[in-house]
Amino acid sequence: MIKTISQAGLAVNEKLKIQKNSIKNGTSKKRICIVTGTHGDELEGQYICYALGEYLKENIDKLNGTVDIYPALNPLGIDSIMRGIPGYDLDMNRTFPGTESGTMPEMIAHEILEDLKGADVCIDIHASNIFLREIPQIRMSIPTSEILLPYAKMLNVDFVWVHASATVLESTLAHSLNSAGTKTLVVEMGVGMRITKEYCKQLMDGIINLLVNLEMLKDVETAEIREPVVSLDGAVGFVNSPAAGIFVPDTEFGSIVSEGDIIGRIVDPLTGEIAENAVAPCSGLLFTLREYPVVYGGSLIARILRQEDKEND
Amino acid sequence: MTEKTIFTLESVYREPLEIKAFCFGDMSKKTICIMGAMRGNEVQQMYVCARLVQELKKLEINGHITKNTGIMVIPCANYHSMNIGKRFWAMDNTDINRMFPGYDLGETTQRIADGIFAEIQGFEYGIQLASFYQPGRFLTHVKQMVTEFTTDEGLADFGLPYALKRSPKPYDTTTLNYNWQLWNTKAYSLFTHSTDDMKEDSADNALNAILRFMKKRGIINYPIHAGYVTSIIHESDMFQVHSPCGGICRIKTKIGDVVERGQVIAEILNPLTCEVLAEIKSPEKSTVFFHFASLLIVEGTVIFKLVKNNNF
Repeated sequence: MIKTISQAGLAVNEKLKIQKNSIKNGTSKKRICIVTGTHGDELEGQYICYALGEYLKENIDKLNGTVDIYPALNPLGIDSIMRGIPGYDLDMNRTFPGTESGTMPEMIAHEILEDLKGADVCIDIHASNIFLREIPQIRMSIPTSEILLPYAKMLNVDFVWVHASATVLESTLAHSLNSAGTKTLVVEMGVGMRITKEYCKQLMDGIINLLVNLEMLKDVETAEIREPVVSLDGAVGFVNSPAAGIFVPDTEFGSIVSEGDIIGRIVDPLTGEIAENAVAPCSGLLFTLREYPVVYGGSLIARILRQEDKEND
Repeated sequence: MTEKTIFTLESVYREPLEIKAFCFGDMSKKTICIMGAMRGNEVQQMYVCARLVQELKKLEINGHITKNTGIMVIPCANYHSMNIGKRFWAMDNTDINRMFPGYDLGETTQRIADGIFAEIQGFEYGIQLASFYQPGRFLTHVKQMVTEFTTDEGLADFGLPYALKRSPKPYDTTTLNYNWQLWNTKAYSLFTHSTDDMKEDSADNALNAILRFMKKRGIINYPIHAGYVTSIIHESDMFQVHSPCGGICRIKTKIGDVVERGQVIAEILNPLTCEVLAEIKSPEKSTVFFHFASLLIVEGTVIFKLVKNNNF
C-alpha cells in the first residue's frame, strides 16, 4: 500500500510528497524499513527498492510482518540531480531529528523520523557521492556497534567500518533513530548518480537474509552470506592527493595493494606532465577509490583497509 | 597591520585559494578574531570585515589599540565560490561552516575548516559575521549559542537593540561558533540585515557594534557611541510564524515595526490567479525581528520571527 507520510505545498501548483510502500502480510508486528534517496545524487538504493518490492510481491505469502520501503526521502533532489534539498541548499542528512515547529525541511525530517521510529531494524542506503566509489560497507559509531554489529553481519556486505570519529554527526537520520532506540544501519556502496547492479544484488541477498533471520520470511532461498571485515578507524589508511590536477587511476578498485604501490597519477593536461604519483601508505584492500578525476591538493583519492588487520580479523 | 595567508589550496586551472588574515596589535596574544564570509554569497559579511580592516588600520596608526592585545580579521574564506556566484563550495557544494573543527585528511571543505581552525582557535573572543539559509531580512543582532560554556558576558557590549540566545540543535555542532566555544573561545554570531546585497546602514551598524565590543572589552581605546541598551532574549521568547500554504508571498510590514495583535502582516496569493489564499496575522503585539524576503514561498516556511513585546 502506498502511503504519503509527509507533504508540503510548493509555491506553484504542486505538492512535495514523501511516500512509502508498506508491504504487509501475516500476523507478526515486526517491521523493517528500507530508506534511501536522502541525497538526491545517490541512486544505488533506487534499484534495491525496486528489486525488494518486486521480490516481496512475488513472495508475499512467505512474508510475516511489515516491510516499509521509502525510496525517496528527498524527491526534489532526485528529480533535479541535487544532493541537498533544492531551494534550501540544505543537506537533508543534517536536519534530523527535525522539529514540528521548524522550517519546512525540519518539519519533514520530523515526520519522517516519527514514521520510522519503532521499526525493528532500519536500513539507510547511501551511495557515497559522485567523487568516490565504495565497496558495499556498513558504517557505525563505536557506542552503537555492540547492538548493530550482529545485524550488520547479516547484510552480506564486504566491510563494517566502526567509526571512532571525535565529532559524531548528531544531525543524521541514523544517529537520531539509534538515539531513539530504533536500530539503524547505514550502508554505503557504489558511486553517486549511477546504479551498480552487482552491489545491489549483493545487498538484496543480505536484506533477504536479514528478513529470514528476523523470522519475517520463511521457505525462501537465501544466498551464501559473506563474513564482513570489521575494522576500526586506525586500520584505515588514507591516500590524499599530493597535488592539484587530474587523477588517473592505475589500480583496480577493490584490489589488494602493497605499500608503495602507485594508486594513480595526478597529471597536468596543460603541461603534459605528471604532477605527482598517489602512493599507497600501507598494504591492504582498496575499498574506496576516487571516481571524479578533478582533484585539489589534498583531495581524498583512496582508502585502504590495512592487510594485517584484515588477516587478524 | 600585517597580512598573512592562513591556508592555501591548490587548484588545477584556477589560481590557488589563499585565505588572508589581517592582523593588528600584538599577535603573540590571541585576543579577538573576526571571521567574515565562509559562503560565496556572504558579500555583506565580507564587506563589514573589509571596513573593519580600514578602521583598525587607522586605530593602530594612531595608537588606539591596547597594548598586549592581538586582533585578527579574516574577511573571506571562500572567494572561489564567490567568484562564480555559488553559496557553497565550488566543486562539491558542501558548506565550510558545517565542517568544523575540520579534518586534515578529509574532503576539501573539511581540510579548509581544519586549516582555518588551526589558526583561529585559542582566541579569547570570536565574532562570526553569519547569515541565514533562507532569503530574508533581520534586525541587526548578535546571537549566542547557549552551551555549558556560555554566560551572558559580553552580549550587551555590542550595543545592539537585541542579543539572541539560542539552544543548539544537533546540526549546530559542526559550526564554527559551536567549536570555538568547545575550545574555550567566547563566541558570538553577528547578523546584519541581509546576505548577498550590501546595505550600507546595516554594515555601519555591524561595524560599530564590533568596535563597541572591542572598546568595552578593553581591546581598543577610542571614543565611540555607547549604542542601545540591549534586550537579551531567548529564541523561545519569539513567535515563529509559518506560511500555511505555498504561493506568492506579499509582506506588508518592515523589520523593526511594532505590529498589533490580529494585524495582517503578509498575504499568500495563488500564483496563477492572485486570489488571496491566506492572510498572515500577528498573534500578539510584537516587533518584527525577521521576515522572509522572496516572491515565492513554500508551505511551512518561516515567514516571520516576532519578538513578544511583553518581554520588555
